[in-house]
Amino acid sequence: MTKHVPLTINGVEVRAPEGTTILTAAQDAGIYIPTLCHCPDVSSQGVCRLCLVKIEKRRRLEPSCRTLVEEGMVVVTDDAEIEQLRQVILELILSDHDFNCLLCPKSGNCRLQELVTHIDYNERRFNRFEHVAKELPIDTSNPFFNFNPNKCIHCTICVRTCNEISGTHAIDMAHRGYDLKVSTFANKPLKESVCVSCGECVERCPVGALTPKKVEHPTREVKTTCTHCGVGCGLYLGIRGGAIIRARGDRENPVNQGNLCVRGRYGHEFVDCHERLSFPLVRAYDEYAQASSIVDEVTEKGKPVTAPLVKREGKFVEITWDQAIKYVASTLSHYKGDQFSAISSAKCTNEENYLFQKFVRVVMGTNNIDHCARL
Amino acid sequence: MAGLAASFGSGAMTNSINEIGKAACIFAIGTNTTANHPIIGRQIDRALRNGTKLIVADPRQIPLCRKAHIWLRLQPGTDVALLKGMMRVILDEKLFDTSFVKERCEDFEAFETSIMEYDLATAAEISGVTAKEIAEAARMYASTSPATILYTMGITQHSHGTDNVRSVANLALVTGNIGKPSTGVNPLRGQNNVQGACDMGALPNVYPGYQKVDDKEVREKFEKAWGCDLNPSPGVTLTEIFEAAHAGKVKALYLMGENPMVTDPDSKFIEKAISRLELFVVQDLFLTDTARLADVVLPAASFAEKDGTFTNTERRVQRVRQAIEPVENARPDWMIICDVARNMDAKGFDFDSPDQIMEEIRSLTPSYGGIKYERLKKSGLQWPCPFPIHPGTPYLYSDRFNTPSGRAQLAPVEYRPSAETASNEYPFILTTRRSIFHYHSVLSRKVPGLNALRGEEHVEINPADAASLEIKDGEVVIVASKRGSVKAKIKITGVVTPGVVSMTFHYGETRTNILTSTALDPIAKIPEFKVCAVKIERKESAYISKDYLRWGTGGK
Ligand code: SF4
Ligand code: SF4
Ligand code: SF4
Ligand code: FES
Repeated sequence: MTKHVPLTINGVEVRAPEGTTILTAAQDAGIYIPTLCHCPDVSSQGVCRLCLVKIEKRRRLEPSCRTLVEEGMVVVTDDAEIEQLRQVILELILSDHDFNCLLCPKSGNCRLQELVTHIDYNERRFNRFEHVAKELPIDTSNPFFNFNPNKCIHCTICVRTCNEISGTHAIDMAHRGYDLKVSTFANKPLKESVCVSCGECVERCPVGALTPKKVEHPTREVKTTCTHCGVGCGLYLGIRGGAIIRARGDRENPVNQGNLCVRGRYGHEFVDCHERLSFPLVRAYDEYAQASSIVDEVTEKGKPVTAPLVKREGKFVEITWDQAIKYVASTLSHYKGDQFSAISSAKCTNEENYLFQKFVRVVMGTNNIDHCARL
Repeated sequence: MAGLAASFGSGAMTNSINEIGKAACIFAIGTNTTANHPIIGRQIDRALRNGTKLIVADPRQIPLCRKAHIWLRLQPGTDVALLKGMMRVILDEKLFDTSFVKERCEDFEAFETSIMEYDLATAAEISGVTAKEIAEAARMYASTSPATILYTMGITQHSHGTDNVRSVANLALVTGNIGKPSTGVNPLRGQNNVQGACDMGALPNVYPGYQKVDDKEVREKFEKAWGCDLNPSPGVTLTEIFEAAHAGKVKALYLMGENPMVTDPDSKFIEKAISRLELFVVQDLFLTDTARLADVVLPAASFAEKDGTFTNTERRVQRVRQAIEPVENARPDWMIICDVARNMDAKGFDFDSPDQIMEEIRSLTPSYGGIKYERLKKSGLQWPCPFPIHPGTPYLYSDRFNTPSGRAQLAPVEYRPSAETASNEYPFILTTRRSIFHYHSVLSRKVPGLNALRGEEHVEINPADAASLEIKDGEVVIVASKRGSVKAKIKITGVVTPGVVSMTFHYGETRTNILTSTALDPIAKIPEFKVCAVKIERKESAYISKDYLRWGTGGK
């Protein structure tokens, strides 16, 4: 059992497990402390200073996201002095932020917007700053997301995410002061860097600096399992207008605990790829033959006439499902026993694999079934 | 997975993915985890942050090597020699778990003899890893507990893959690293539902739950449940299917959701075999290279358009849920199968939903006995889960193995060289790999963004070889084996050693598997993807420099 230590926050007695931060203790007690660079999934770095709190008997204000609770601590999270400090910090961030919220994909879901409503700023003081739009080039090289440095607030969450969650170490903070910037090695476009496009940083960027290229918001979500590899990550597919527009990791899933790789997060577009088959197809052995007549002929006469060469030169014609099922059923019935083989799929569900082997064994009377497990 | 089944009784990952992060030592052999199973790669990262020791054995300089405490850069196809060297050290230095071996293993003596006939120097010579490194790795693995082993295709895709797997199993057994949390022998399965397809009996020799078709009692159980007589002789395997088709013995083939024209070895042969079929039915999302050869193509629904379950690499049965209506006219595979079966007047195919199918699976598959849809709402269940209140099994063999005696089988294993070695004519060893952006050949290739990230094939070659061949980075070359040739771009990199070249097989445009060998592992029937001999020619001239012939032939 971890020891719980007693402390006071804003006059309220709380107990928090040893080793937790003041921020977590406060949040658990329902006390709000504004944060910007804090992300519960990665380590705290304390760069934004918005979460500063007063601790009795300490001379300086301390960042609550990095300060651990101690027995008997007396903490104040909010008073006029802290408030003013937060306002100044926020004003400084805003002074070089490209706040064109109307056109920003993050609008409505942005931590900076949220903080402005909470903390407010002093307009007079704010207007005295020199507002310098950076107008840095936007990195659109990655096929799935963009990086707009003009909206970046240098919280370093993406850098910590890339190091600690993705384990890729693709990005870091470069330069100092006004030129401070999130950058890949040698400042190459993301696509040419070692970035593996897992999108974990995009998921966690608090503002509109790292944003997915697909900006619509899903209207509903469906919990399911990734189809791309044997790890079987849990994910939510975001749906809008009958199409999948987004995927996010399922934090409840014990396998991936919310994590996804590039295939899981962005690899669902094949579902409505224009190359999807739209109708059952059957090969026309005679170019001029009508599809239906081929099917009828086969169903009546039995075995199709085949010679490999003719087959390969034939074209496909579209038929209806009824025709297709009849065609397959009636032709298959001539090949029962060991002259028939089936190859099942490691992409299909358990239920489908079960049914397929049952079909092969029961209806076709053979054990000639395999799949690509060996590969 | 035949090797694992022989050693322990069943062939699945023994432990769970989230146990990897808590292991004290991880031995990753033949697995480029970072690219193939990125989320498991992150578990390894998590472990490393907590001070876990990492040993990597791989001929290529994969990203994991940078993080490894020991990297054993072995020659492709020499895994057995390397592992025997490690076990020699473990036996010599008495680092093995005597009580575990005594209580839970069989045939230690025969195993010991087979290890003893082999000294460390021989292992070092064959594998190309120094004796010192082998000994260090052996000590690290044997003395840091709990230790877990991860492997993938690098181990199984050899003509001696079963031997490789048995050696890996031996290593875990002698050190007692099995049957406990964060230990085990963990094959990371490739495609999303390979495990499930095996579990469901999409195999020529077993019914669902690995129940043997040639076992009379088992067969009678299924005959009763399915209400028909069943064929008692095991069927033919994937590669044998194409051989039989080529020989005219198999006349009709029904293929569901696979693309053997790109993913199977020696695909020219497959094309020829398919052309000899009288009837070829393909069920797929796309008109794949294989479907183009079919007589009938049935459009199938994708994972987002149907309900069902997948079983992941750690035996976890998880729900797949319908998110959207089937695109165009596609239908879920299970509906198509039911329709075809009913049209052939078969009984037992009247299902209205996958839920009902699972109920039937449950009744016939002991390890799935407790898997019900209503239990899978929040997260999945790991089999064996024999009855409806069973919580599932995160790690196997905590008190007995699945063998008749309940004890694991230590097996003597011989090192055999790969079926194909480099020669003067074909001086390079080609090994295949995967890219993080694609898995097999179809689905991910239809995602424009993934193609933008890695849209074409690259042949990786060592700078020294590139220099002696006088080829430049990005140059298009012809890679040829005894079986055929393909064109691809050169990528010069130290990731591969001299004498070795590496390619992926995701691309229909560059069908790498035209080159690969059909030499099969005699037991598991896995084709030897990882090792085949090739030559590289510049496009303009079939130019072979004498200088590079020595690379890869073992000469110094
Ligand atoms: S997408 Fe992934 S790899 Fe790329 S920068 Fe973000 S976290 Fe790092
Ligand atoms: S890109 Fe986003 S996450 Fe990264 S430092 Fe800028 S604001 Fe923070
Ligand atoms: S998200 Fe990535 S690692 Fe997870 S199952 Fe999908 S492809 Fe595999
Ligand atoms: S949230 Fe604590 S310093 Fe930024």
